[in-house]
Amino acid sequence: MTTTAPQLGKKKEKKRGGILGNTGLYVAVSIAALLFLIPFYLILRNALSTDPEITGENWKLLPSFQWGNISELFDDQTVQFGRALWNSTVVAVLMTLGTLLVCSLAGYGLARIPYKHSTKVFYVVLATLMVPTAVTFVPSFVLVSSLGWVDTYRGLIIPGLFSGFTCFLFRQYFLGFPKELEEAARVDGLGYWGAYWRIVVPNSLNFFAAIATITFISGWNAFLWPLVIGQDPGSWTVQIALSSFITNQTVNFHLIFMATAVSILPLVFVFLFLQRWLVQGIAQTGIKG
Amino acid sequence: MSTTTTRGVAETAAAETSPSRPRRGLRSNATLNFWLFTGPFLIGLVIFVFVPIGWSVWLSFFDARYTVTPSHFIGFDNYKQILTNSNFPDSLLTFTVFATFIVPTTWALSLGLALLVNQLRFMRAFFRSVFFLPTAVSYVAAALIWKMSLFTGVRFGLANTVLGWFGVDNIAYLSNPSPPWYWVVIVTLRLWIQSGFYMILFLAALQNIPAELYEAAEIDGAKRGWQTFRYITLPQLRATSTAVILLLLIAAYQAFDEFYNLITTKATWAQTPLMELYKAALGTNQDYGAGSAGAVILSLLICIVTLAQGKIMGFGRGEESK
Repeated sequence: MTTTAPQLGKKKEKKRGGILGNTGLYVAVSIAALLFLIPFYLILRNALSTDPEITGENWKLLPSFQWGNISELFDDQTVQFGRALWNSTVVAVLMTLGTLLVCSLAGYGLARIPYKHSTKVFYVVLATLMVPTAVTFVPSFVLVSSLGWVDTYRGLIIPGLFSGFTCFLFRQYFLGFPKELEEAARVDGLGYWGAYWRIVVPNSLNFFAAIATITFISGWNAFLWPLVIGQDPGSWTVQIALSSFITNQTVNFHLIFMATAVSILPLVFVFLFLQRWLVQGIAQTGIKG
Repeated sequence: MSTTTTRGVAETAAAETSPSRPRRGLRSNATLNFWLFTGPFLIGLVIFVFVPIGWSVWLSFFDARYTVTPSHFIGFDNYKQILTNSNFPDSLLTFTVFATFIVPTTWALSLGLALLVNQLRFMRAFFRSVFFLPTAVSYVAAALIWKMSLFTGVRFGLANTVLGWFGVDNIAYLSNPSPPWYWVVIVTLRLWIQSGFYMILFLAALQNIPAELYEAAEIDGAKRGWQTFRYITLPQLRATSTAVILLLLIAAYQAFDEFYNLITTKATWAQTPLMELYKAALGTNQDYGAGSAGAVILSLLICIVTLAQGKIMGFGRGEESK
């Protein structure tokens, strides 16, 4: 089924190519694409402009390419933007590694290790999917602050590692993993740990890459939790720093937009580079809000 | 991390080399291994998910101002308070209206994009990337662009510049609740960020529709275009549509990031339920009891909406057609 589907899809496409007429189709899709690209263009244009160019009456398409804006942003002592970038990097990387480790192990255990109560445990995990995570931020904050984790990496990272949803995705994936490979490993005398690390993980790198990309992006873009936890500017992530620009307006326009560009560009590169896995992963797993 | 893993491998490998029958050794160790694999996750789940949920429900029945270990039991007073003395019910109502608008709109746009991209023969990957790219952008960054460049209330904003070419006066999009132009800002932002993601889901589903169905329909005399779309494509996308609508609904009720950044928190309009909870619990009053009561109400509401949608769309039927 899965192998024939793409071929059939191709055939269908050719047949249906004439519906809108190719020119009309490409005109429509190009207009839509232009609209989708406008915000990206605005960021880059404004990031490389002077303030008068941004706020001036006569609107120019191209900026004057003020590359000095980059160093100005990082030299500005009032914002600590470099610090925020570092915090976000640490949080997103550790969160990704931690989630992959913890959730993949649990997913494998639930999918593959025969234990009489495993279905009940699985229901416990499923139950957490019912409660929207954003709603629990008040008690989570209370808990984390009573642990003394406010303003710390621990507070930013650890509560986010235990995603019932990611665990669920891993379980579904491992259920479909070919059993023969593991059986061969067992005959060779490997235990569950051995089979997992030497056979299952190396053969699942695509899926791990997909989940890693999704987790990294959501870690990098997280806002509500870092806002609640990060009381001290030294612990701000990029998103909180950006938000402080919007609400305080103490910084100049060109710096605000340069900061936005710097916060987006790494992700856009990651995104374009890893797109194959990302699309595959999302299409395979279905969902991630 | 790497050190612990190698140690784990060595240990189990040593323990399990009962040479004659390795499989039996494995089975007797299944229970231990099960907890070894799932234990860390389950402990974290209990501490960081179940405890906060339980604590929240518990707090919601106590007078918990400025304290999270309250002693004064007040029953449903927190619920009464947040439902009568705050903007929380208004925000629930506003966001029910918001959801009934943004969900179908995003559904239609992402499906439309998927249909367009699916028909492309050249540069398909390029256009898919363009529509998908906003998924990488955070709501905060998008809010910044929308507020400070696209929809500023003044002439240098792109929207007002373009309107100015047609002789339209500047519109103050975000500083004024009537007319509610801020919805234009919010809706376009959401559409931009979300549509590409759901387009990918629809693209995957479209490619799984067997071509035979279209061939059979053609033999039966169905016209290509609207008829095949109405009687084949749409029903075949049912499972994906259900999932997409469900996710969009939950996302609409959980909206926070862009509202926090677009609309001043002092405003009385366009405050999301989560923002009201944020203000109640972490604002000047630090009323954790009322905040928790609101969280319980919002969770129940999302559950009800989800279940109702499942009932209407039919989860069971959706699964079958997959």
